[in-house]
Amino acid sequence: MNTDTIAAIATGVGSGGISIIRISGNNALPVIDKIYKSKKNNKLISEQKSHTIHYGFIVDGEEVVDEVMVTVMKAPLTYTREDVVEINCHGGIVVTKKILDIVLKQGVRLAEPGEFTKRAFLNGRIDLSQAEAVCDIINAKNEMALKNSLNQLRGREFDIIKELREGILRDVAYIEAALDDPENYSLDGFSEHLLNNIDSYCKKIEKLISDSKNGKLIKEGIKTVILGKPNAGKSSLLNILVKEERAIVTDIAGTTRDTLEETVQLNEITLNIIDTAGIRKTEDVVEKIGVEKAIRIAKEADLIIYVIDSTTPLDENDEAILSLIRDKKAILLFNKSDLPPKININELKEKTDHPVIITSFINYKGLDELEKLIKEMFFKGELKLNEDILITNDRHIEAFRKALEALSMVKDSIENQMPEDFYSIDLMTAYEVLGKIIGENVEEDLINLIFSEFCMGK
Amino acid sequence: MSFVYEEYDVAVIGAGHAGCEAALACARLSLKTIMFTISVDSIAMMPCNPNIGGTSKGHLVREIDALGGEMGKNIDRTFIQSRMLNLSKGPAVHSLRAQADKMEYSKSMRMVLENTPNLTIKQAEIIDIITENNKVTGVKTSSGAIYPCKAAIICTGTYLNARCIYGETVHYTGPNGLQAATHLTEALKKLGIEMMRFKTGTPARIDKRTIDFSKMTEQKGDEKIVPFSFTNKPEDLKREQVSCWLTYTTPETHEIIRANIDRSPLFNGNIQGTGARYCPSIEDKVVRFPDKDRHQVFIEPEGNYTNEMYVSGMSSSLPEDVQVKMYRSVPGLENAQIVRNAYAIEYDCINPSQLKPTLEFKKIEGLFSAGQFNGSSGYEEAAAQGIMAGINAAMKLLGREPVVLDRSQAYIGVLIDDLITKENTEPYRMMTSRAEYRLILRQDNADLRLTKIGYKIGLIDEERYQALLRKEELIEKEINRLKNTIIGANSQVQELLKSLNSAPLTTAVTLADLIKRPELNYEMLKSIDHERKELPDDVIEQVNINIKYEGYIKRQQMQINQFKKMENKKIPEDIDYYAITGLRIEARQKLDKFRPVSIGQASRIAGVSPADISVLLIYLMQYNSKNKSE
Repeated sequence: MNTDTIAAIATGVGSGGISIIRISGNNALPVIDKIYKSKKNNKLISEQKSHTIHYGFIVDGEEVVDEVMVTVMKAPLTYTREDVVEINCHGGIVVTKKILDIVLKQGVRLAEPGEFTKRAFLNGRIDLSQAEAVCDIINAKNEMALKNSLNQLRGREFDIIKELREGILRDVAYIEAALDDPENYSLDGFSEHLLNNIDSYCKKIEKLISDSKNGKLIKEGIKTVILGKPNAGKSSLLNILVKEERAIVTDIAGTTRDTLEETVQLNEITLNIIDTAGIRKTEDVVEKIGVEKAIRIAKEADLIIYVIDSTTPLDENDEAILSLIRDKKAILLFNKSDLPPKININELKEKTDHPVIITSFINYKGLDELEKLIKEMFFKGELKLNEDILITNDRHIEAFRKALEALSMVKDSIENQMPEDFYSIDLMTAYEVLGKIIGENVEEDLINLIFSEFCMGK
Repeated sequence: MSFVYEEYDVAVIGAGHAGCEAALACARLSLKTIMFTISVDSIAMMPCNPNIGGTSKGHLVREIDALGGEMGKNIDRTFIQSRMLNLSKGPAVHSLRAQADKMEYSKSMRMVLENTPNLTIKQAEIIDIITENNKVTGVKTSSGAIYPCKAAIICTGTYLNARCIYGETVHYTGPNGLQAATHLTEALKKLGIEMMRFKTGTPARIDKRTIDFSKMTEQKGDEKIVPFSFTNKPEDLKREQVSCWLTYTTPETHEIIRANIDRSPLFNGNIQGTGARYCPSIEDKVVRFPDKDRHQVFIEPEGNYTNEMYVSGMSSSLPEDVQVKMYRSVPGLENAQIVRNAYAIEYDCINPSQLKPTLEFKKIEGLFSAGQFNGSSGYEEAAAQGIMAGINAAMKLLGREPVVLDRSQAYIGVLIDDLITKENTEPYRMMTSRAEYRLILRQDNADLRLTKIGYKIGLIDEERYQALLRKEELIEKEINRLKNTIIGANSQVQELLKSLNSAPLTTAVTLADLIKRPELNYEMLKSIDHERKELPDDVIEQVNINIKYEGYIKRQQMQINQFKKMENKKIPEDIDYYAITGLRIEARQKLDKFRPVSIGQASRIAGVSPADISVLLIYLMQYNSKNKSE
């Protein structure tokens, strides 16, 4: 019944050495033929026997993207009862995502949450008694996807999308009001006005796409907070991480919390360090911003790095912080190890279940270990966020592209001197696809806006 | 004392625009039909604006006509001004509107009804619907007469427990001082029907002799008349047309309104019914749009044989003394004599989510309803529901398949689907923006969309049907010819293009390609199209539109194909949503309340998510295969 071809990442990214991208549908074989080159011969995957596995490369045009194993399973003896291809690649986020992008570029649609299972069911693969479970999966996954989408968009992007939608809807409402009450509202000169608006919408969406592509959204990655008492070495750590040669730094000003975020890329891992306003100046998170705010930020964080000054004895502030981070992912840094300690490291270890690393920022001691530890936590999948983020990000890009496409159709209509009522059709499409990202439905928005903004009727 | 009067197939309650179409449809389909009205003199009365059609409403009228209804023919007989609105815009939003001679309109419709075989008109108030096992068996009048019937169609408009209000003055009457119907609401509640209370309003009527038209802008009718009915030819409808007049409210008008706003029953709480946002009273407009320093006012004649003029744009429920001052502050109305005061009217109606797409009550077999009683507003919306309710009552009694138009077939489909699927909190008015497939749902092709359906139903005769088939054929042939006629870049062609400010040809193209250019159309290419035969205007119009907007029409057609897939997935009537655990609680409640007939309809209910729809699809698969195996 469904004829289009879908793809998604079928494994948790980074949860092992290997990730699997699953493609299902009529075009699964033609698509893999276009992007796969065999290692030994030029045999196409579609020519291979069903239920076999092949060694080769995924290519993007001329460029070799990754060395992979491809499993081919031809209908009907597959999970979805459609042709299924699975690409086994080297588990890193960047590579996995890139391969998925290449697949999607071939006209494959990103699978909806739970869609493989849904197809398996609808195509008769799964027993009827399992139907309820399938339903639960679909709803649960959808809710999760929307939650992820919104989590991803916290801050500026969310606002931009909202503004875009408001702008587009206002344009449509004006057109529609003029169509419904032509004696009261005129569309003279509206085309030029709209053309300007569309240019500005397109620019904003292009920016959103390029941001997404650069992975700003995706690499929001591990939200990290550095905590510590004054002078413990928080800012030194931040500066070291930021100034590391391999680090990529961007300042994202003006998020919802008026904080500064530093994005630090450690190989495939991204730390998005939430730097509370002034952390680098005052060196004093807890006192300056108050325990309450620290608690809130710590709650939102995926990872807490707690920097302890080993030359000052532990006090009630440390106790407070330790209890605050008890149920969080956290790493403790036993800092200033170049100086004689005033804290017994074993005593500290007894007070916490979190790992403790001995560091000294003056001679970069312990930093490799810190990186390795984060990576380990990450790869072990203890921070379960990256697969969802990855998928979400692709959904966003897909929606942005559709919006852009719709807007360019409006532009075509204007340039071809089509009557104004033709504009609304594609404007509404743009409005709807952007709405999906932020989980807002369309329903009566337009009618409501027409009535609230325009004085209509007899 | 009650007694049994004569037996009928169908009883239509009310003789407004919905009732007339419903009764005609039933009688024309050979069912023994009786139509009840509180006053025979008020058949097809237009108690508010003196026009038929307008944006999107004009579409409804043409659709009613294409199905074999009467409204289009009746306004063609009785219009005194005709205009096509939005001509500078795309063909999808061209909208026909005609000023009616109100009295003639009513008289002419009454004559049609009185001369329709199988149709009885009876002046009486219906106070009860008699049912057995949730099935209609008859209706009862206030005098105790019982008319056994198999189906009843309620078209009571604004008459149920009606209350007319301006200022402190309250009359317990229907529109125009006509007697209200005060018993039926209670009877319906006893049947388990959920009632709501809506309000609407009308402006004052002013004596023409007291208006200074020199201070207003004249609005004449179109020279080229487009008939509402596809059965009429423009040349047969030529007549003397009257003008409407445009003037504006002034800051003084707004000042008067503001100073007296506390005396408006809308604002002091005296009116509780929900009014419509698109048909606001002038006090509403002034309060809600304080930045606007003037509002348009159209002065429209009520007919050829009266001096009464309708003051469009200034409906109100302010007290009489304020009304006088307010109207007289408008340029040209300084000495205006008010013949009838403006008033607001409150009335009982139903929550239309209780209806099936056939307009039959889900709970009561054989009980149908249409028009303002269903929470809509407007003559055209009423008539559109009337004809569909009539058709479906007839189909049911004749043991035939119901006729449901979907959103991709007609504005009528959009109207009814919106009524029964959405949470309606105000009187519903049709708008072009409500129709997602409006490029296809044009007023010019209503016959091509619906007349075959009308023929199948039995409301369109053989002659009209054959004419339609011929028209279809001519359109198709001509489009094919234009797509296959190649035009070279010869000097005659280049000169013509130059004279039309169109770019010269660099290669040979088809005539269809040329027609697609925004600055060109079919007519303009006559001199270079040597094989062209004389074709009727309506055929040329279709050819031109179909070629010019081909790309858009194709895209919309694809959207419709998607839409149809979901509409065709039917949901069994006895489905128990509370047993489907995969659905979210909110979705279960909403689905249970609306009980949609298809997956498509389910997906339009607010509070039902795409994930819920997936779950529902899976459940249906399971349900169907279980039933198959049993």
